[in-house]
Amino acid sequence: MISHDVMIQMINVNKWFGNFQVLKDINLTVHKAERIVICGPSGSGKSTLIRCINRLEEHQQGRIIVDGTELTKNLKNIEKIRSELGMVFQSFNLFPHLTVLQNLTFAPIWARRMPREEAEKIAMHHLERVRIPEQASKFPGQLSGGQQQRVAIARALCINPKIMLFDEPTSALDPEMIKEVLDVMVELAGEGITMICVTHEMGFAKTVANRVIFMDGGEIVEENEPNEFFNNPRWDRTQLFLSQIL
Amino acid sequence: MSPFPSSSGSAVLVFKPRPSLPAPRQTVGIIGWLRTNLFNGWFNSVLTVIALGFLWKIVPPLMSWAIFDAVWTGGSDACAPGYEGACWVFIFNKFRVLMVGLYPGEHLWRPMLGGGIFIVLAALTVFHLLNPKKLIALWFLVPFPVYWLIAGGFSLTPVDQSLWGGLMLSMGLATIGILISLPLGILLALGRQSNFAIIKSISVGIIEPVRGVPLITILFMASVMMPLFLPVGININNLLRVQVGIIIFSSAYMAEVVRGGLQAIPLGQYDAAKSVGLNYWKSTVLIVLPQALRHVIPSLIGRCIALFKDTSLVIIVGLLDFLGMVKASAQDPEWLGHDAEAYIFCAFVFWVICFRMSRYGRSLERQKKGE
Repeated sequence: MISHDVMIQMINVNKWFGNFQVLKDINLTVHKAERIVICGPSGSGKSTLIRCINRLEEHQQGRIIVDGTELTKNLKNIEKIRSELGMVFQSFNLFPHLTVLQNLTFAPIWARRMPREEAEKIAMHHLERVRIPEQASKFPGQLSGGQQQRVAIARALCINPKIMLFDEPTSALDPEMIKEVLDVMVELAGEGITMICVTHEMGFAKTVANRVIFMDGGEIVEENEPNEFFNNPRWDRTQLFLSQIL
Repeated sequence: MSPFPSSSGSAVLVFKPRPSLPAPRQTVGIIGWLRTNLFNGWFNSVLTVIALGFLWKIVPPLMSWAIFDAVWTGGSDACAPGYEGACWVFIFNKFRVLMVGLYPGEHLWRPMLGGGIFIVLAALTVFHLLNPKKLIALWFLVPFPVYWLIAGGFSLTPVDQSLWGGLMLSMGLATIGILISLPLGILLALGRQSNFAIIKSISVGIIEPVRGVPLITILFMASVMMPLFLPVGININNLLRVQVGIIIFSSAYMAEVVRGGLQAIPLGQYDAAKSVGLNYWKSTVLIVLPQALRHVIPSLIGRCIALFKDTSLVIIVGLLDFLGMVKASAQDPEWLGHDAEAYIFCAFVFWVICFRMSRYGRSLERQKKGE
């Protein structure tokens, strides 16, 4: 079943917060260069799901295999898996005491022992990719929300990940800033990186995703390619959700 | 149709900004300051007048006592009883004892050199003349040669610790106390947040009992009780025991201050650090602590000031620190009746040092806010 182009495999994953079950029997396979959008009401477990993939949350049952390495308590494995995953958060989570450039070079220098010059060269390349090279010496607090989120995307790219995880990247942004972030994400998608994105931006899902997953109550209710998903939802719960947000 | 005149057909109106007028005279300058700060409303005006009257009554007599009628030169006979002014000669005469205690005169250059090195380092710090990494390194290296200068050994004549005293002893206890208790406090604070139950309970088990006990009790335990529990033949000197007591006491408080800072760090910072592949120590030391300590600079400086002032409690376990020497000097039969001068000088020295620390804290805050 494991083929060479499977990037992420989740098999019967269960997770509880105390007595509350947040993930119920999740089965998900993500192939190389696939772009997956996960949507669903708040509390449906979608954030928890992608946080389990890079071990920001620990799953209690089932298996999660990322690029051939299984997530266990083994710290070496966790480290290896995190080095292949870039993550972008809803609240940016930039390091406020470091400049934009330092934010980008921090992990390559301190976790990968990359020479500073090389790290800065790579960082500037990614800053150009997200179109804010001129902000390199500023502190995050001096940037707008949209700029901060683009810095966060560049920071994730700097560790040269095989997979990008986005956890509601535009939910904390003003309306006119959403577009600048989405544009960057669309561009990334075009470059063939594997992406999992939790978002309510249905326009983004329609144009970019290969597959849309709808979650509710900790379960994957429905998954389909975007055309089918939006035009022909099979489950009443999906129809209700779509009717409320579209 | 639009109620506004259409621009089509007519010429475009050119906007010319008006020149700024000067502000009304009552709101700026000295008059403005007086009005907003001293005389805004009848209540504050009355308070201002009362305060001025009070100062008028207090300041001139104080000035003439402390400066104009004071005795600045001569010996103990210059301050004959019944003399009106302050007898600063007394302070000059006792100055050496106040600074270094009973430290032998022929080796006086050693504490003077040590003190000089200390003052240079303190100046480099408070005026931000060196980068922080170098400063931290110096603060942890410099005490060793200074200790060697004062204590002797290695080709210098040893000077027994019972002869150390005065401001030198206070500063020594406070400096070593701060240098060790701050990192120890940080470790305790991190330990208290640890996921490992053992580390967490050890940290809580140190912090809470120590915080629940007055410093005097700890000093008594260190000085009087600990020798009773030590095996026969093992002898740890009194000064070291007292220093350890101060460090333990201070680090428990530092830990709680740092914990406050750690709690102010959003969980997202930990997530982000993990997600880019930083391990616990790297993300703690390089991401979390720099932010956490920044939040608590005022309280940390407060703890340092408190620690410095608390060193005056060592008098109760028989060490003659600065305050102890001031007290002893005031009881010198040759110089009786000069307690006021002695304690005013003592208060002044404490104030100068603490105020300098407090100003340094302010400048650190401002510097960090600029980033």
